[in-house]
Order: sequence, then C-alpha cells, then structure tokens
Amino acid sequence: MSILVNKETRLITQGITGANGMFHSEQCLKYGTNLVGGVTPGKGAQEVLGVPVFDTVDQAVREAGANATMIFVPAPFAPDAIIEAADAGIEVIVCITEGIPALDMVGVKRALSGRKVHLIGPNCPGVITPEECKAGIMPGHIHMKGPVGVISRSGTLTYEAVGQLTELGIGQTTCIGIGGDPIIGTSFIDALSLFKDDPETEGIIMIGEIGGSAEEEAAAYIKENIDVPVVSFIAGQTAPKGKRMGHAGAIIAGGKGTAAEKMAALEEAGCAVVKSPADLGKTMQGLLK
Amino acid sequence: MNIHEYQAKEILKGYGVKVPRGIMAETAEAAEAAAKELGSEVVVVKAQIHAGGRGKGGGVKVVKGVAAAKAAAEELLGMQLVTHQTGPEGKKVLKVYVEEGCDIAKELYLGMVLDRATGYVTIMASTEGGTEIEEVAAKTPEKIFKKSIDPAAGFMPCHARSLAFQLGLTGDAVKNAQKFIAALVKAFMDTDASLAEINPLVVTGGGDVLALDAKMNFDSSALYRHKDIEALRDVSEEDARELEASKYGLNYISLDGEIGCMVNGAGLAMATMDIIKHYGAEPANFLDVGGGANAEQVENAFKLILSDPNVKAVLVNIFGGIMRCDVIAEGILKAAKAVELNVPLVVRLKGTNVEIGRKMLDESDIAIISAETMSEAAEKVVAAARG
Repeated sequence: MSILVNKETRLITQGITGANGMFHSEQCLKYGTNLVGGVTPGKGAQEVLGVPVFDTVDQAVREAGANATMIFVPAPFAPDAIIEAADAGIEVIVCITEGIPALDMVGVKRALSGRKVHLIGPNCPGVITPEECKAGIMPGHIHMKGPVGVISRSGTLTYEAVGQLTELGIGQTTCIGIGGDPIIGTSFIDALSLFKDDPETEGIIMIGEIGGSAEEEAAAYIKENIDVPVVSFIAGQTAPKGKRMGHAGAIIAGGKGTAAEKMAALEEAGCAVVKSPADLGKTMQGLLK
Repeated sequence: MNIHEYQAKEILKGYGVKVPRGIMAETAEAAEAAAKELGSEVVVVKAQIHAGGRGKGGGVKVVKGVAAAKAAAEELLGMQLVTHQTGPEGKKVLKVYVEEGCDIAKELYLGMVLDRATGYVTIMASTEGGTEIEEVAAKTPEKIFKKSIDPAAGFMPCHARSLAFQLGLTGDAVKNAQKFIAALVKAFMDTDASLAEINPLVVTGGGDVLALDAKMNFDSSALYRHKDIEALRDVSEEDARELEASKYGLNYISLDGEIGCMVNGAGLAMATMDIIKHYGAEPANFLDVGGGANAEQVENAFKLILSDPNVKAVLVNIFGGIMRCDVIAEGILKAAKAVELNVPLVVRLKGTNVEIGRKMLDESDIAIISAETMSEAAEKVVAAARG
C-alpha cells in the first residue's frame, strides 16, 4: 500500500502550458503517472503531451475524472489555484509553487480546514509512490517500491535519503516533501498519521530543519502514536541565528527553532536521530526487521 | 526584509499608530537642525542600524538641548556599533534618528508575528517592556498575553480590548491602547509584515500610548505587491557577498569557517554544512544554487566562494534531480578556468546524468578530488583544507 497517491490516482497539472508545468508533466507521464489532463484558463480544448487541457479544474474533474492535482502556477495566482482545486472536490493538492506570500497561505489554510482535502506544500517537491504515481518534481529513477515512508521539509535532501535507501536495496512506500514555507498544508503530524494507518510502512524517515516547532510537535505525536522505527535528521545544526537558510521557514528566530532542541525532542520520543545526513539509510537498515 | 526604526515609524504613523515626532539625520549638522525643529527640552538621538540591542550597545543618547544633540550625533555617526545582534565586528552607523523625549509612566511590550504552529497571525503583549521578549518568555511566560487572529473573522475589537485590560491599563490609556493595537494590526496585514515589534510601548503620564521603538520585517515573497516597501531596502546594511549573490539568483549566506560549499537545494546545503562540522571543520558559507541553475550561475557561485579569503578548500555537493550533473560539471570547468583555483576542490555528483558529469571532470586537466558519498566528500574536503 501507500499514502495519498497510487496507481488509481488521476492527476492533473494546473499551469500545464507553462514551461515548468509542461516539463514536469512530461516527466510524470514518463514515470508512468496516470496524468489525465491539465488546466490553463483560456486554453481549454487544446491538447498537450497527449492529454486534454481544460479551462477550469471543475471541468477536469467532470470530464477526465481528476482526483489529484499538481500546481505550477506563479505565486501571485497559486492561492487561487489551490482554492479552485479544493472547490472542485480534488482531494490531493500538491502545490509546487515557491514564493507565495505567507499571509495568503494563512487564509488558504483556514479555508481548507475541516474539508476532506490534503494540501501538500507549497514550495515542495511533491509526493511519490514509487512505481505507481509521481506527483511532483523529484527524480523518479532514484526511487523503488518498498517498506519505508519518507517525510521531509526539503527537496534535494529528501533525494539524498531516498538515494541512500535505494542503494541499500530498501524501497519506499511513499515519499512526501511537505515544503519549506512557514505556513504549509500537510504537516509532519498529518503525514505521520497517514503512514501510521498504512500497514506496509514498516519504518519512517523524517527529515526536519531549523525554524518553527513542527519537529517538536511531531516528536510528541511519534511518542504516543507511532510504533514503527523512525529515523530522523535535522538540517541546520551549524546554522547561525537570525539568518534565513534558503527556505522562508528555515530561520532560528528569537533563539527558538534550533536543531539541538529538535534533535533532543525527537530522541526523547524514541527516534533514532542521526547527526550526519550520510547515516540515514544505514540506520534505517539496522532498524528494519 | 528588514528596515530601519525611522522607516518603520513612518509606515506606522501612516496607519494612525502614535509615535513621537522625529527626524532622520545623516550628519551632525542635520541632527542639530532636527533637534532645533523638534523644539523639545529632551531629545533622543538613536543610531539607525538593522540590529536590536542598540540601547545597551551605547547607540541611544538621551540629551538636553540642541548642542548636546549635535554632539551625540557626532559621536554616533561613523562609529562601529556592537550589540548582541551585530556580531563582534559591529555595524557602522550612517544615520541617526532624532526624536522628541516623552514622559514615560509605563513601559510595555507589543509584538505581532505569524505563529507557524497555529497558522494565525498572533498579537503578543507584556507588561515587561524594554527587556528582551525571549527572556520574558523563558523566565516568566505568564507575563506574556497572546491573541490569535482567525482570518475568517479577521481582527476584532475584543482582541485589543482584552489585551489592554490584561496589561492592567486604566482610564484613557485603555482606549488609546485599543486604538494603537487596531492601527498596528492594520499596518501589519496591509504591508505583508512578518514581524512588528514595539518595545517599549510607552504609556505617558497623561495616558497617551505611543511607540518608543519600532521594528518591522516584511515577507520577501510579498514584496512584488509592495514596491514602496521594497524601496526602503538599505543595501549598506547587507553583506556584500550576499548582495552580489542575490544578483545572480543565488542564495548565499556568509559564515565564519574555512570550507566553501556549493550545493543545490536549501535542505541539502544545510546538511552539507552540518556534515562538514561533523568531520571537524567549519563551513565558510551556505550556498544554494537552486533547482535549475545554469552553467553561468555555477560559475558565479564559484567566484563568490573563492572571493572569501578564509576559504581553504571547496566542496561541491550536487544531487541532480531536475538539475543535470553534466550542466554542473560544465559550470565547474568554466569557473575553474575563469578564476584561478588555488585551493583544493572536492566534487560529489549524484543523480541525473552523473556518468557524463563525472567523465567531463575526470577528463579535464583541473585537479579535482572526486567523492561518491556525502561522508566521503566531507572527509576528503576537511583533510584537503588541513593540507
């Protein structure tokens, strides 16, 4: 099994006619994702990459049976695209777009609360269930099917962890990049609770980074709820205070959100916390039965 | 994005937030004229730098009379002001803000931030004004009062009202504080601020409520719709190399160590810094070339790293997903030819087109130490830096 996406997923791309949307839609199709169409307002009735383009998400749902979306529209229009997808009844919304104003996301997150929808991101690499569905910008070829769930706030660092697992012959159930922004849809806890209900996930790699308190909250959740081994790494152990390390959310502000605090909380929750990112794969190997 | 106190007060004033009268000055003469114009008995001359702790660092002078204001400005302008936020080298003072003194009855704290845990904008108030709020939060958290603003209903008068009463205000000060808070919230929301801090918030003997200090930070993702705020950016406050990097679309942060690093992706870049430390050395920088860098950006990234005289060795760590390893290799080769590479270079490539990329590097006449894994790369670069 897996979480969020699988071979039944009928994916669309919002912003499919843009350069990024087009490139990554093609990559997803090549990976074998069931991409059933795209949306660009005003460009309906065209066809790109062999799939139909619709004017609205609603049309894509009605005419192509879409149930998941990948958003590439520019930041000023991305909140609108997320709400459009949610209103059309899409249950898995992956927002790749980077640079959405935080206050816009405050409203979007509030609007989605209580609805049956999973927003992944924004500013994330997306989600992949190996050999079934790639809904994002990650390199598909480094993944393989298997027992480990991967959750991360960053992109390339997730690839690093996945690459290590695959080289050791350990596959993945699903890998989710939850995104590096201050306000995101799916949190670590949301993703952990999905993996908890997936009988095939026998271990979880959770990669956090400095800033905020999401890792500490996840640690408390893991302690109470997660029975499979969790291997964790926190990026930014050497990051100085008050400097934003690339991601809008990766900043130690007011002395809070340090790697040391997060690592201590995760250790206390029973996670195997690695100091070196190079040890993620082999530590998981040692813990899997 | 950060701005100066005088700029923050100008913005806040536009929203009806009460601030003392003040004038920015770049010379002692201008400060003298400003003090004269203000005409108050007591004036405060404040160094304008993008760092907190100015008072403790000696950057705020309370003086009487115009001549004393001039003397204070003379002292401050041009000095390297060291505070707990500037680092030991301090920051050069190029501007002062000359402000009228006021009759302080109470010093309070008022702040606004985006609370990531709840996803709401939160107003914080405390009776412990003038001190570091982090200190108050750590020692006496019961002295901090918070109100979250649910975006569905927005800011409501009850938020300000309950904070005013929790702060123990009475009489006119209650109404004035409510007005102040409402105006601050409006300013925060309208400008896409990420932080607004009034510390201290002052209650005068007459029950007036005003901002003695003001700090505002803005969400850089929202600057596209706030050109007026973007124009307030003071590049003299920024690190020269960081500024240069932003021109090329690179994300660079100067650090104090000896290993220069170039990585794709912010998370992997932080992890690379961490693994360098793990092997006993210190990173000289954080550098994320991004997901889709071209050969030219890689070349510029290289030049930036090498312009730091502390760099004793360079580590390139690329996990090519969307980014192809051959493009990275091309950039490295170009850069190594364009700039004189006089420190050891360790390259670890992984992912898309890795074979082509490695072959390009191997066949070149540039001395490159290659590595398979992150740990091997870190070990090799630390050893190379030690010679």
